[in-house]
Amino acid sequence: MADTVVKTADPKMAELRKFMAEQKKTQYNDEASLIAILHKAQDLYGYLSVEAMDEVAVTMKIPTAHIWGVATFYHYFCLTPKGKYVISVCLGTACYVKGADEIMSKIKDELKIKVGETTPDKLFTLQEARCLGACGIAPVMMINDKIYGTLTPKKVTEILNNYRKQG
Amino acid sequence: MDKKMITIYIDDKPYQVAAGQTVMQAADKVGFRIPRLCYHPKLSIEGACRVCIVELEGARNFIASCAYPVADGMKIRTNTPELRSARRDIVELILDNHPMDCHTCERDSNCELQRLAYSMGIRKRHFEGEMKHYEKDVSGVAVIRDPNKCILCGRCVRMCSEIQKTSVLGYAHRGFKTVVMPAYNMPFRDSSCTACGQCINVCPTAAFLEKDYTQELFKKLNDKSILKVAQCAPSVRAAIGEAFNIEPGRTMEKQLAAAIRRLGFDYVFDTQFSADLTIMEEANEFLERLQGKGKLPMITSCSSAWMKCLEQYHPDLIDHISTCKSPMSMQSAMVKTYFADKIKRDPKEILSVAFMFCTAKKYEAARPELEVNGMRATDLVITTRELAWMIKSAGIDFLAIKGEEFDHPLGLSSGAGTIFGTTGGVMEAAIRTAYELATGETLLDIEIGAVRGLQGIKEGKVVMDGKEIRVAVAHGLGNAAELLDIARKDPNRYHFIEIMGCPGGCVGGGGQPYANSNSIPLDEECLMKRAEALYTLDRNKTIRRSHENPDIQRLYKEFLGRPGSPASHKLLHTHYKQHFPVGIIPESLKQQKPAEPANK
Repeated sequence: MADTVVKTADPKMAELRKFMAEQKKTQYNDEASLIAILHKAQDLYGYLSVEAMDEVAVTMKIPTAHIWGVATFYHYFCLTPKGKYVISVCLGTACYVKGADEIMSKIKDELKIKVGETTPDKLFTLQEARCLGACGIAPVMMINDKIYGTLTPKKVTEILNNYRKQG
Repeated sequence: MDKKMITIYIDDKPYQVAAGQTVMQAADKVGFRIPRLCYHPKLSIEGACRVCIVELEGARNFIASCAYPVADGMKIRTNTPELRSARRDIVELILDNHPMDCHTCERDSNCELQRLAYSMGIRKRHFEGEMKHYEKDVSGVAVIRDPNKCILCGRCVRMCSEIQKTSVLGYAHRGFKTVVMPAYNMPFRDSSCTACGQCINVCPTAAFLEKDYTQELFKKLNDKSILKVAQCAPSVRAAIGEAFNIEPGRTMEKQLAAAIRRLGFDYVFDTQFSADLTIMEEANEFLERLQGKGKLPMITSCSSAWMKCLEQYHPDLIDHISTCKSPMSMQSAMVKTYFADKIKRDPKEILSVAFMFCTAKKYEAARPELEVNGMRATDLVITTRELAWMIKSAGIDFLAIKGEEFDHPLGLSSGAGTIFGTTGGVMEAAIRTAYELATGETLLDIEIGAVRGLQGIKEGKVVMDGKEIRVAVAHGLGNAAELLDIARKDPNRYHFIEIMGCPGGCVGGGGQPYANSNSIPLDEECLMKRAEALYTLDRNKTIRRSHENPDIQRLYKEFLGRPGSPASHKLLHTHYKQHFPVGIIPESLKQQKPAEPANK
């Protein structure tokens, strides 16, 4: 059947369905596991798509308006697709004292986006972070899992250009 | 329930109250009306607004009386200077984030927040802070949403999820940025909203309103080139008086006909006429189904919000739905065919306007499958509230006006048509006619008590031709979902089911007058009085069965033939199909089994 093809064609959705089925067995009610399920969906897709939230609504029998409420309430949940490289600029005290705001505005200038946004080419997403635990090399930023320390605006441009070259 | 009586002290005086209730409930019963905002007796306790705070001796803070249970010996104060000041500040802080545009607001003089601010004695503003600014959502044909007016009391959210169980509305975002909206901030047009309008009824401000078509109508009423034809639903006459400060339960039938005529209509017809017509078709369809031509139980199809709800949430039951159009759409279809022929007028030159108790009728009127010969059947739908405003705005003295009759040939109705407006009414009317069609005998005891009243789900039975016919009635979409689950589990339990989308049926529709200052929205007593008004009209009529209506008989003789004839099918029946609000259901599921109603 056509719809089964569609269903299995998306392995991420299949995994999400499997996760929901497990949650249904372990939780005493369907709503109790909503946040865990949304975490899973975000892990899989990088953000919460309307399709994923619909799927959760139908499977778990939770109104979409309620899921939307939870998804918009917690800052952790991201409702738009993230870029290939997620830049988290630390704005914690140590970094701030060492000029994190200059680093941040340099990145904003370079990428022409605001915090929380993604570049139109879907390459970069800009986020702020509170402390990355690397105060010794402040100011720092993290691109995906990699930490960059003792930043200067000039260094930022170089780093970003490197990523741009990689594409 | 714990019936134990305990003593509580309110403002230093002892009162005997029943244990197991809240401070607010207890205080209400002994004559203290503690100010309140987010509280509604039919909805769960939210405790969001804090307006109902009282002082409890021994407690560190003021307590929210809507949520706090009574205890023996507790000492409550409701009106100390500290409390008054705190309450005043709470209300002023709500006002602070509210547009100061009362004099141009739709709900001016009918707004709970305005009343509350006045009664708190807020004459001068102390605070000034940031204010929210959002776009109005005017995408829907029936309901519009203005988040700027919203004070986040959550009554609409609770109404939508607890009573209607459609859960279209929810809170999104947090803190200062919290907004009540449909999922994904979807425009109302595309959301799963059934347009029932109950959010409008419970909203204390103007955050939800019906889409206003009054200006358009005023303009068209002055157009000499078109023939203006009105129809007026039963429930409108049972409630419109309330908009003129008349106590609920007084019908204004003849005044309405006169007032609508004065607004500039050429013909004023009665939707009750086509309620009779609906019964003729529906009773006939039911008897056909009883004989094996179609699925049982048959479910009624008059309520537009229920129609949308069915197509979205219960598509598995589409074959059970009567194919009959609603009375409004039948009436409009007759206006643009039968009546147009009779007066020899091009139906394109006829403006067909329906005065309804309902917001969802605005949605229904726009449904393309209800078009007649390529024309929209009902051109404009105006709610009771809008009509009351139009009457006032046009300078018609509604209370002094001399009553007039509805026009022929679509204005005469039986008592059966009248009771359509209340829950159980369609069922009762249908039984009156079906019984006689099936048995050839007249049903003598025509007041069917089992289907009357405000119980959520009602069951009854009649013996027809030696066969027991089991019927059920539900009002409010939440009760409907519950009843349908019973019917799904036990498919032979019922033969005939009536469903109305709103609590109380059409008398509690989303377009009815706002609750006045001494009442609450959807007060049961008020709904009962409106229903009783219709039952009284029925009782005072000589013709109480639809098939005895001479104008209905004439319509069949001259135009339609018989109930269920090809002409009837073309003009009076319709069809339904599964409907997905945009983006609500994933593509992959659309070909699969229908989605269950996403209830809490």
